[in-house]
Amino acid sequence: MGDSSHSRPRVGLLVTCLVDAMRPTVGFAAVDLIEKAGCEVDVPAQTCCGQPAYNSGDRDGARLLAEAVIAAFEPYDYVVAPSGSCAAMMKQHYPGLFADDPHWHARAERFSAKVFELVSFLVDVRGMTGVEASYSGKVTYHDSCSGLRELGVREQPRKLLGSVAGLEITEMKDADVCCGFGGAFCVKYPDISNAIVGKKADNIIASGAQTVLAGDLGCLMNMAGKLARDGSKVKARHVAEVLAGMTDRPAIGESE
Amino acid sequence: MDITSPSFKENATRAIGDKSLQKALGNVERGFIYKRAKAVAAVPAFETLRDAARDIKNHTLAHLDLYLEAYADKVAATGGHVHFAETAADARDIVLDICRRVEAKTVTKGKSMITEEIALNDHLEKNGITTVETDLGEYIIQLRGEHPSHIIAPAVHLNKEQIEADFRRVHDKLPPERNLDEPVALLGEARAVLRERFLAADVGITGANFLVAETGTSIIVTNEGNGDLTQILPRVHIVVASIEKVVPTLEDASAILRVLARSATGQEMSVYTTLSTGAKRSGDPDGPDEYHVVLLDNGRSAMLGTPFEDMLRCIRCGACMNHCPVYQVVGGHAYGWVYPGPMGSVLTPTLIGVDKAGHLPNASTFCGRCESVCPMRIPLPKMMRHWRENAFARHLTPPSERSGLGVWKFLARRPALYALATGIAVRAMALLKPKGGRFRTLPFASGWTRHRDLPAPEGRTFQAMWKDRKAGK
Repeated sequence: MGDSSHSRPRVGLLVTCLVDAMRPTVGFAAVDLIEKAGCEVDVPAQTCCGQPAYNSGDRDGARLLAEAVIAAFEPYDYVVAPSGSCAAMMKQHYPGLFADDPHWHARAERFSAKVFELVSFLVDVRGMTGVEASYSGKVTYHDSCSGLRELGVREQPRKLLGSVAGLEITEMKDADVCCGFGGAFCVKYPDISNAIVGKKADNIIASGAQTVLAGDLGCLMNMAGKLARDGSKVKARHVAEVLAGMTDRPAIGESE
Repeated sequence: MDITSPSFKENATRAIGDKSLQKALGNVERGFIYKRAKAVAAVPAFETLRDAARDIKNHTLAHLDLYLEAYADKVAATGGHVHFAETAADARDIVLDICRRVEAKTVTKGKSMITEEIALNDHLEKNGITTVETDLGEYIIQLRGEHPSHIIAPAVHLNKEQIEADFRRVHDKLPPERNLDEPVALLGEARAVLRERFLAADVGITGANFLVAETGTSIIVTNEGNGDLTQILPRVHIVVASIEKVVPTLEDASAILRVLARSATGQEMSVYTTLSTGAKRSGDPDGPDEYHVVLLDNGRSAMLGTPFEDMLRCIRCGACMNHCPVYQVVGGHAYGWVYPGPMGSVLTPTLIGVDKAGHLPNASTFCGRCESVCPMRIPLPKMMRHWRENAFARHLTPPSERSGLGVWKFLARRPALYALATGIAVRAMALLKPKGGRFRTLPFASGWTRHRDLPAPEGRTFQAMWKDRKAGK
């Protein structure tokens, strides 16, 4: 699987546009975890996986961005993203964008085979069974939709979280139901999005957890923003921050 | 019915603010989701059954002309009449002509979404024919002058108290002091009122869950038995069904039945599965003198061979809307036409045009839960995306969204410029960051901050920090 010139697999980190701009901590946590899983990490110049264009019906625009991502990440053994949504875009949807172009389609297929969501990469590909980290208190885990239904990410984060010292997982009701983020959906249909995230916030609070974790920053910002607006003290963090032991930074939407 | 899909957004906002509706929508979760999950878990081979059901429909659609012809021949051979209707208007006229010929005054109806699609009741009523809905939910909404808000639970948007008030208003010959506290009392009252109507009806109209090519049989599934009384008691039975209801054999129909009720209501089977083949034969104790099938196309044959062909596998179980987070908060009427939820978001633009129904395929988070429960494995999110692509290509996407996307795309294709722009933006936001670490209002993000705080960025981009780290800074 690995490049023969390297003893350790080389991973290209697609940090995601949201993590890049809003929460670099998640990117560094991802780097740390991938390195702990015995890989070398590199971060080629990048912008976005193209999902905003793809989901707005701009297929040509999505394809142009997909070409750029494929070209930038082709040299690596693996492409890993700390997001089920971006990973699913690259893994499940890229090849379809090139259905009419055999050359690019084959390239996209080879690329997609190497793409993984961060936590499932650690567990399923690298065989990680636990982490050296501690976090005190009850947490509840929200299954983000694309990771769950397009990539089968469900047990992997719970498995690794189970190894975090001091951490107790408490399941919320409807953990696998959408938080109402949906990319541009949340600003195009704010009232509907709010009604959906309102239910999610209620379920998080009812779980009794002090922290909500998830694998996608978009969902986390949505849930954190709603919890804060509702006056809740529940914190929101990306699961990678907890697994990497990088929880000294303020939680999402909190100040120093 | 009036189409209000263009004002979906406003409809949705109104629905979210409607306390009574929100209370009723709670029944969707209690009534459908848990029951389906339990029923599916009880069948270890359920995923295999889904594959089989999908394959049957795919095969049928690939040879639809053949099976429709075989079906029509069989119906004729068993003494029935098949009428092909290309459009909704054609179907309405065919039904009206039959009713007129037999001098029908009253028509009873089994539950049928296809007659909603062609707005049959209005047409018959305008022509002096009384139509009586006999499914309890349909009966209730007919009393209220409403349309179904769900394809298998038409009155799911109502609470018991509202129904009681309607019954007291309409059934005004009954003693006002009667007790209608329990749902079963409402059911009993409706049953007694409807019994008279069944006996008086000249024509019974039903839909069909399946049309079986092998035997010329139409099949309906119901839980109340009203379908049987609708089609057996009157002189004439008219089946109105769309062309994709055809399946090759009885075996195929039973294979799909195994996933239908489980996905819909969580039952193993509906209470009644009724097969009708032709009119009453000599020696039959009962049955109609005439048996008609109106086969409606209404744009469906044009979906064959397009990205929307998969939608023709739909068996109208309602699982997609039951599990849809959007449907769960806005209800069915917000969608503004006959078919709500994810299946409606795909089908409605086909039937009334994406110019009118453009909101529907856009109002989805693409959470994929609909596809994950669809017994026929219809890729609903993929088809909603096709509609977005169709709208984008035709420049129907709102200009603000289009120009925003254009700016983003320009930057996203230029990594250096993108890094510069995002670097400046996050630095500016971090400088403006309120003490709490999040914005309560932001002028350019009011869609977000109207309901949620916006977590502020940490201050620098990951890529800029990574560069520093690599440079050993």
